[in-house]
Amino acid sequence: MPLIFDSISKIVSSEVHIHPMDLRLESGSFNTLLGRTGAGKTTLLRLMAGLERPTTGRVLMAGEDVTGVAVRRRNVAMVYQQFVNYPNFTVFRNIASPLEVSRVDGGKIERRVRQVARMMHLEDLLDRLPAELSGGQQQRVALARALVKQADLLLLDEPLANLDFKLREELRIELRRALAESGAIVVYATADPQEALILGGNTIIVDGGRVLQQGAAAEIYRRPTSLRAARLMGDPPMNVVPGRIDDAYMRMGDDHPVEAPDHLRALPDGPYLFGVRPHHVRMGRGELSEITIHTRVDLAEISGSETAIHFEHGGSSWVSLQDGVHPLEVDESIDARVDPRRVFAFDPDGELVATPDHASAGRQV
Amino acid sequence: MARIELSRLAHSYEGRPTGESDYALKPTDHVWDDGVAYALLGPSGCGKTTMLNIMSGLLRPTEGKVLFDGRDVTELATEERNIAQVFQFPVVYDTMTVFDNLAFPLRNQKLPEMEIRNRVAEIAEMLDLALCLEQRVGALASDARQKISLGRGLVRTDVAAILFDEPLTVIDPHLKNSLRRKLEEVHRESRLTLIYVTHDQTEALTFADRVVVMHGGEIVQVDTPQALFERPAHTFVGHFVGSPGMNFLECEVDGDCAVVGGHRIRLAADTPTDAGSTGASLELGIRPEFLEMVFDGREHGVPAKITRVDDLGSSKIVTAAVGADTLTVRLAEEVVISDENCRLVFPPEHSLLYRNSRLCLKPTAGRP
Repeated sequence: MPLIFDSISKIVSSEVHIHPMDLRLESGSFNTLLGRTGAGKTTLLRLMAGLERPTTGRVLMAGEDVTGVAVRRRNVAMVYQQFVNYPNFTVFRNIASPLEVSRVDGGKIERRVRQVARMMHLEDLLDRLPAELSGGQQQRVALARALVKQADLLLLDEPLANLDFKLREELRIELRRALAESGAIVVYATADPQEALILGGNTIIVDGGRVLQQGAAAEIYRRPTSLRAARLMGDPPMNVVPGRIDDAYMRMGDDHPVEAPDHLRALPDGPYLFGVRPHHVRMGRGELSEITIHTRVDLAEISGSETAIHFEHGGSSWVSLQDGVHPLEVDESIDARVDPRRVFAFDPDGELVATPDHASAGRQV
Repeated sequence: MARIELSRLAHSYEGRPTGESDYALKPTDHVWDDGVAYALLGPSGCGKTTMLNIMSGLLRPTEGKVLFDGRDVTELATEERNIAQVFQFPVVYDTMTVFDNLAFPLRNQKLPEMEIRNRVAEIAEMLDLALCLEQRVGALASDARQKISLGRGLVRTDVAAILFDEPLTVIDPHLKNSLRRKLEEVHRESRLTLIYVTHDQTEALTFADRVVVMHGGEIVQVDTPQALFERPAHTFVGHFVGSPGMNFLECEVDGDCAVVGGHRIRLAADTPTDAGSTGASLELGIRPEFLEMVFDGREHGVPAKITRVDDLGSSKIVTAAVGADTLTVRLAEEVVISDENCRLVFPPEHSLLYRNSRLCLKPTAGRP
């Protein structure tokens, strides 16, 4: 029972929100829509739900054309970033409400609500009112209500974005388990690549109302087809600098040229955009085969277990991601180094032309 | 300049507190040293906002005193304390120009106009606002407005400390770093005491020289960002700071080793030798980044069974079962996982002992 978009587009007052798009989401699959704010994620969810009518194309659900069918006649559940609950209902009734609306019998409601409440760790809070709950608990209630419905299509629009960091970390793991058991086609929109990587399943990178790339998140991370996809699938985004390959030597920005590694040697001479993942930019002077960048710290951003060292390189903002906590002063002089065997190459239009062979750089622990 | 001292400070929102659980802020002694950039970090409900409101004079404490440079200010109103505040939302006059906004606190102080001009120019220069002094604030973006909010605090000549309450919440992610950098520069140049309240570990650790971590109405650690990562003083800090959080395993202690399921794990050298002598809940703590995983069946380490591998691209997060406990291990992206049965190696320098949730550490062991 797949969900199919057949040449779906959405144009609002002559502005293209979604370019003509074909999409196939398999029955029972988990899908992540990854993109920045304004990329078209919410519009896609609304088109899937039937909350919006496409300008062109058809939506097929289990082989049936549902393009014009109203949302309440489809078996769809949706969860939003801002948690929505009925303030005067207890947690139990909040979760039970979709079943009450569809006149499920009382005993079955009781059973289903308790089952979902257990899954979302709400079993001790069923008599409370939403106002008596923390933000994280309120969002758990909204998620439970979506799950209880046993919808064919479960749509989640950045459901964890408003929660505190630690809560997000915990709920992400619980949600992964609960959603896997739901049996529905799940579509989860997020702006956080880490979330796409942890949730797993099929990732669809959305940018400017188009699908840039589709596949397993870790696979897109390693083999992005474009610079744009490479940068969206990574936080901090992939570093990029223009450069050249000439006579089997590569040069990034104004750095000293180094011998082109195996994966770049076959490329014709000319200009390229070189990309380096932040954790492949290491600290300290490089060996002869490596590129050393002399620079100054813009900011050391410390996340708790990692330090993101921001600096300027060849006119672009670069980041080196280091394990552990390393206090560095603003404007402090540093050397950063890049192993050329780790460098992605894109043509000047941003299409991928060479991927580093990960095995060749050996094991670094 | 200000050294802010909290002396037996406590607060309860109940009329008559009877037990410890009635206190949002439990009796606390703490000194905010002059000229240090602090973060006050904790989850919602930990008591950090209560503490902030007491220091700023918005809330009168149930018990204890607040001293600014030795002077008791507990009963004084906000405007009688020489502090400035920057809130989540910029507090600015939209219809006035940037210049008039920055000059406002000085005009209230009735300073001569010439001095006001010089002072505003100086602060505008520091905050990169010099080119927009004649613009109306209402027309500016959120990061510029928040800088003006900060500038209104900095411009005052009588300010000794600035309290920040989640000041970057409404700032676009891509503008946050330039504002964070600006805050560092401001601190370097002004040497004011800065206290930055947040629930976000990245905000806290990026900003602060020293981080004050609160949990359940108590301060559980005051330390450098590095120490919060390497030597969390409380299991809560191990859990709350770092992603994924620290692993904790119930253990017994025998000499300089923790014993987990019959396996001996050597503890960090700065663990006191008498740590296991009293009957208490003992846990071995180690961060996911420090655990090593081996597959070659050597007879060291602790046998574990891998139950899940999450490929995060830049690293792998492995979930492994050791007896009834579950541990997370962060591995480099290249590590090949060849078997679900592995052994976990605990490097001694990162294997820490916790007694009743608190780190056991020799008192002399090189603390900052």
